Amino acid sequence: MRARLRLILPLVVLAALAAAPFLGFDSSFAYTVLSRAMILGMGAVSLSLLVGGAGLVSMGHAAMLGVGAYAVASLDAAGVTDALIVFPVAALAAGLFALLTGAVSLRTSGVHFIMITLAFGQMAFFTASSLSALGGDDGYTLYGRTEWLGTRLLENRLAFHFICLALLAGTWLLCSALLDSRFGRVLRASKENALRAQAVGFPPYPYRLVAYTLAGAICGVAGALLANATEFVSPATLAWGRSGELLFMVILGGAGQLYGAILGALAIVLLEEWLSHLLEYWRLAFGPLLILSVLFLRNGLAGITAMPKRRRPSGKPAALGQEADA
Amino acid sequence: MSVNLLLVQLLNGAQLGILLFLVAAGLTLVFGVMDFINLAHGVQYMLGAYVAASLGVWANSFWLGLLLALPVSLLIGLVLEWLVFRHLYGRDHLSQVLATFGVILTVDDAVRAIWGSAPLPVPQPEGFTGGVEIMPGLTYPTFRLAIIVVGLLVALLLWLLVDRTKAGMLVRAGASNAPMVSALGVDIGKLFTLVFGFGAMLAGFAGALAGPVFAVTPGMGDAVLILAFVVIVIGGIGSIRGAFIAAVLVGLIDTLGRAMLPDLLRLVMDASSARQTGAALASMLVYIVMAAILFFSPAGLFPVRRG
Repeated sequence: MRARLRLILPLVVLAALAAAPFLGFDSSFAYTVLSRAMILGMGAVSLSLLVGGAGLVSMGHAAMLGVGAYAVASLDAAGVTDALIVFPVAALAAGLFALLTGAVSLRTSGVHFIMITLAFGQMAFFTASSLSALGGDDGYTLYGRTEWLGTRLLENRLAFHFICLALLAGTWLLCSALLDSRFGRVLRASKENALRAQAVGFPPYPYRLVAYTLAGAICGVAGALLANATEFVSPATLAWGRSGELLFMVILGGAGQLYGAILGALAIVLLEEWLSHLLEYWRLAFGPLLILSVLFLRNGLAGITAMPKRRRPSGKPAALGQEADA
Repeated sequence: MSVNLLLVQLLNGAQLGILLFLVAAGLTLVFGVMDFINLAHGVQYMLGAYVAASLGVWANSFWLGLLLALPVSLLIGLVLEWLVFRHLYGRDHLSQVLATFGVILTVDDAVRAIWGSAPLPVPQPEGFTGGVEIMPGLTYPTFRLAIIVVGLLVALLLWLLVDRTKAGMLVRAGASNAPMVSALGVDIGKLFTLVFGFGAMLAGFAGALAGPVFAVTPGMGDAVLILAFVVIVIGGIGSIRGAFIAAVLVGLIDTLGRAMLPDLLRLVMDASSARQTGAALASMLVYIVMAAILFFSPAGLFPVRRG
């Protein structure tokens, strides 16, 4: 039953996103907000793979977003705009960045991992603001969106909406399959107890590094989409606040479930838009909502829908905030 | 670079380091004793600056404002602890991060609503407006020197308090093994409220001191918060001594890097790209140092022994 619910709810959300343009949400504003939510949702799902799946809380995930976005910008400046080149390059660049920084960061754990990923994120941020060829602090405006085999497919709002949706759904499916695979079981086992995983012959480090690299590459694709959505790239894309925002999407949605990140991204982006139109000092309402959600929704938004958890026979409590059987 | 300029930059670095230490001291104790990540600690720094500036204008005296800001900071810290943080002690780090981030958003916007987004004018500290000639031909603002001296005194006091008193012993014991201290009959909840309020007051004090030197704006706590986290991670979580050494280290590295890197790089590249690369590299320097320290010593320079 739970397994089925885990599948049904995200499908309902994805279906609602697919139906949105046909249910009256087809203004330019609605498209902008929804695509933003879906793109950040993609980044958040890739982060959730690390946080919920591997227990790696990264505070520098926006750097991957930024590397992807800056890949689009630098290719644009060089006159290369074909999606078949741009998107793979964005994924590879972000994956490479994740591989190099992950190789260092994964030597630490816990709070120190949070801080060292933050450090690499800040390094990427200051590097981006020193790229004078791409506008430095002021950012870089793209000449146009990425082309698909010479056509301006991404300029079409409806097409762009469905490209974002397809990539979001693909990300979710890929990450789910990954967590359910043998590889994912090793990740989850080393989150629960790294020493035991090591003892039975699965050293966590290489598995974590592969997961970190993959999550980085996925987030790089999201970054390339983000650059296309706004047709603008600036260091703000990879500010530490953005890393925090991605993390909050994961936590608010519920770190135990991958689709929680999608719920979290939708909730945060839509709430921000709605409240900031309603109130001048909208964070006065948004902040308390975040606090209340932490105090009362123990397993995030995804936890509302989950069935009551069965007691474990051994009486040993599950790891805080994470569901062992996710 | 002349010796004079280097000396000025060293003093500026020490002053930034001292302010960072005042913020980081409370953060590292709260983190060490209760394993509680408080992102909202920067808020205390900001509120300290705002309250001191407002009360200083009202009382027409910077020093009176500073003095009055201390109990107000303490009170704000205790109210926040009672309202929000108390409910988060048993929760995982992720929940703490999200909830305390909610506190930042709320308080930052509340400050914007009350005082506006523009920098707040701060009364000049009377009696400390001039400069002191520290070397022939080199004057340094008296108030900045006063920050360094006061900060060092507070650091000394804190060290005595933590290292030489019974309350300090309990705090140190709590940092290395909180459940054991609790099992020995100490009310760890009360101890924590004490540490928390004290830390909030120190951060408010730092903000009040920083007012006349830096701009008092709604986001001023956030930048300091990140640097304070860098400090406590470099120093070793829960260690006051580590926080002090790391704070001075970070203050010096940041200040000297900003002052000297562009000039150093001009030796190998042209002026405009040296300025740009130098500025970026200087901003990165603190993080590079932190990553390197964590790489070689994952628990920081002065890890608190846990057992």
